[in-house]
Amino acid sequence: MKVVILQFPGTNCEYDTQHAFESLGAKTEILWHKSESVPSDTDLLVVAGGFSYGDYLRSGAIAKFSPVMQAVTKYAKSGGKVLGICNGFQVLTEAGLLPGALKRNDSLHFLSKHHHLKVVNNDNIFLEKLCNGDVVNVPIAHHDGNYYIDENGLKELYENNQVLLKYCDEEGNDKNPNGSVDSIAGVCNKEKNVFGLMPHPERAMEKLLGSDNGIKMLQGFLQA
Amino acid sequence: MKIVVNVSLKAGVLDSQGKAVHHALESLHFNNVSNVRVGKQIVFNLDESDEKKAMADVTRMCEDLLANTVIEDYAIELIK
Repeated sequence: MKVVILQFPGTNCEYDTQHAFESLGAKTEILWHKSESVPSDTDLLVVAGGFSYGDYLRSGAIAKFSPVMQAVTKYAKSGGKVLGICNGFQVLTEAGLLPGALKRNDSLHFLSKHHHLKVVNNDNIFLEKLCNGDVVNVPIAHHDGNYYIDENGLKELYENNQVLLKYCDEEGNDKNPNGSVDSIAGVCNKEKNVFGLMPHPERAMEKLLGSDNGIKMLQGFLQA
Repeated sequence: MKIVVNVSLKAGVLDSQGKAVHHALESLHFNNVSNVRVGKQIVFNLDESDEKKAMADVTRMCEDLLANTVIEDYAIELIK
């Protein structure tokens, strides 16, 4: 199992992500954004979190034109598995690989804290180790995490089981930290091979550090 | 020619910054203010004399990069 992790100027979660996947037994490689291809033995491509290009213009807007993104798009379109975490989610929506967009948090504050999430659809490789309705505790750390999609887009997301996770409280009741439409924290594409979420499962790998709920999430990718 | 592109959140997309600015204006006793929207302005020179061609170029820039048309509208101004 080989996990390739993208690195743009300003990415800062690539080593956490590498550590998380290696602790689960995967081989990893960090891929600089100037690369024009994705390694042929890639099983999962992760667009890691951070502040690519300083979030200039819009989060993820400049990164989508990095040389590597053409290869990422080709990889995704041919069925390759892609996971975008935080800034990676923003990059994937900007690149048109995931529906919707991420706006500034409603509160206008940068949020950095643990938050509970409810599993909405587990019929995909990312969440299949969890059950629908399960509540996980995973850190969030973002300024632009306010998920937006128009009414028709939202309907389509529900029809195709593309809503992965929603923000909630400890009991699983709706609790929205950033103003996201329907409290959505993560979505996938129709084909269910491209995944994006604002919370950081790679930061929830050790009970000692607050939660190890990220293990079950990332493990889903490792059995393929 | 000089190009001015104004980008703002679409009508119907909640503008939290606009709302915060509106509240601040109210606290300054400007009670006659409504519909505050915060956007951004991108200004540049374009080496192009044909207005039609310039408009076509800048429209493509907006669609591809300057605006995210999922949430934002853009307006282009050409200044000779």
